[in-house]
Amino acid sequence: MQRVIGESKKSFMTGNEAAAWACLAAGADIMFGYPITPQNEVMHYWTRMAPKYGKGFLQTEDELSAGFTVCGGVQSGKKAFTATAGPGNVLMQEPFGMAEAMRLPLLAIIQQRGGPSSGTVVYSQQEVTLTTYGGNGEGHRIVYSTSSHQEIFDYIIKGFNNAWKYRFPVFILGDGYQAKMREPLEMYDPETRGIEMVEPYPLIGLGGKIGEERGPSHLCNIYSLEEELYEVITKVQAEYDALAPQIIEYDEKNCEDADIIIVTHGIVSRAADDAVKALRAQGIKAGYFRPITLRPFPQKELREAIAKNGAKKLIIAESAIGQLERLVKQEIYGETAKIETLFMPGVGIIDSDIIDKVKSVL
Amino acid sequence: MAVQAIPKSWYLPSKPHKFCPGCGHGIVLKALGEVIDELEIQDQVIFGCDIGCSLLSWNFFACDSTQTHHGRTTPVMVGIKRSRPELVCIGYMGDGGGYSIGSQHLLNSAVRNEKVTLILVNNTNYGMTGGQMAPTTLPGQKTETSPYGRDPEQTGYPTMGPEFIAQLTPDSAYVARATVSKYKQLKKYIRSALRNQMEGNGFSFVEVLSTCPTNWRTNAQQTWNFLEDEMERYFPVGELKNPFGKGDK
Repeated sequence: MQRVIGESKKSFMTGNEAAAWACLAAGADIMFGYPITPQNEVMHYWTRMAPKYGKGFLQTEDELSAGFTVCGGVQSGKKAFTATAGPGNVLMQEPFGMAEAMRLPLLAIIQQRGGPSSGTVVYSQQEVTLTTYGGNGEGHRIVYSTSSHQEIFDYIIKGFNNAWKYRFPVFILGDGYQAKMREPLEMYDPETRGIEMVEPYPLIGLGGKIGEERGPSHLCNIYSLEEELYEVITKVQAEYDALAPQIIEYDEKNCEDADIIIVTHGIVSRAADDAVKALRAQGIKAGYFRPITLRPFPQKELREAIAKNGAKKLIIAESAIGQLERLVKQEIYGETAKIETLFMPGVGIIDSDIIDKVKSVL
Repeated sequence: MAVQAIPKSWYLPSKPHKFCPGCGHGIVLKALGEVIDELEIQDQVIFGCDIGCSLLSWNFFACDSTQTHHGRTTPVMVGIKRSRPELVCIGYMGDGGGYSIGSQHLLNSAVRNEKVTLILVNNTNYGMTGGQMAPTTLPGQKTETSPYGRDPEQTGYPTMGPEFIAQLTPDSAYVARATVSKYKQLKKYIRSALRNQMEGNGFSFVEVLSTCPTNWRTNAQQTWNFLEDEMERYFPVGELKNPFGKGDK
């Protein structure tokens, strides 16, 4: 595979730029996109770099088209991807549904903005429900919630690989802060870290003589009978459940003796990390748990974290009103730890917000 | 050339096909199959079908095929063509999918002169969902959602697809309207629309006037009369843009 980074290099850039570089390093072939803030610079950097590396780009007429052209691209055996946010993410749920139904390994970078509606162009964590369970399906997707530029880079590379390995659509769930701020990261070609990139392969346009060397490939997403659909969905669910342990990722700190565990995801987990350190310095036994995959969710791991010291309380902090909280509640149903919440929809959360909340419920 | 009853590119296990008796889709797909055979492109074709009656063609051909969503066949074909230009991408859709819910895709892919071939079957109604008014329903025509006849004051006039696409495309595009009542001409148009893509010229679009006796609630004679008298009078059949010139066979 083409090396685009060469020697690993320390860089200082925006998350959108890091995302474009990561797609290039991951061997992505073509991007289809439509302008919406705060993801625009993913396209800006991709369109500057793409011709130099023989890659494709098309600015489509809307996000429906961007999503469906990506579906076509991956069907034809290319690593196709898109990036969007907010109302664009809403429109793309239709093609994402097709990707779920037909097991199309697309990759979409979501940089969350405020909602509902046009909301703000700045920041939120309000696209969790949409990105994990959007569409008229069962959430058969892989969703990585990143917290830094390094993770945007790392999980885009991993995301392309897992999309093609497991054949589920993959989402890199960032936000406007991650998209727009600059911070350091180390960029690398996957091979130099011993990461083997999964080769894409066509689902149609298979080559060879039809009728002599092979039969035609007929891809379908609509069924005549309820039972046919039932069989397909049940099988996909079983596969998803079986693969989940290999896909699930999380981060956990200080839960061994924790009385209270702070549960956050994405960039808010950086505030939680700082808050735990500060609380510990003040003698408060706080723990930290962060699902990195929101789908599939590390439910067993969170239950175990709670069990370690029989934590009495969870504090769920998020820049939304309960989108993470609902996920947590459905995943750890039956746990008796009391759930406290810090909901700050559409605005950032800093360590002192979390520290104050913890102290108020102790 | 010997007349062959069943095109080689048809997928026999899916025959007999599932379209209603008297439906025009079978005629369009027969013409398309024969052209695929004649151009010897069965192995390069990607056939994409819309949702609506056209979805019944999803396994019609022994060609690599994909179902899409209602109105979204155009972007799926564009995505495939942009990714693998050597493939011959054929989008197959109805008037609702093409002119209504997917009109932004049709319009913009025409403007971009995307090198795909789209075949749009115009039967003046939404057949699969039970005969509702379509963008192509004729003034005064009764449908399930225009039970007293389409009133252009309320719902406008029928969409003239090839005419508006011809306005949007450069001269390298191929744009035509055919009818299932003129088979040889239909086949010729589809052939040109495929050749135009294969030669890398540009966007290729054929609207085909077709029949829907089930939802029109017409017998054989009435069906044919509606097609040949009413529809062909309103929607002129012919080539609107042909990069090959008049001498094309």
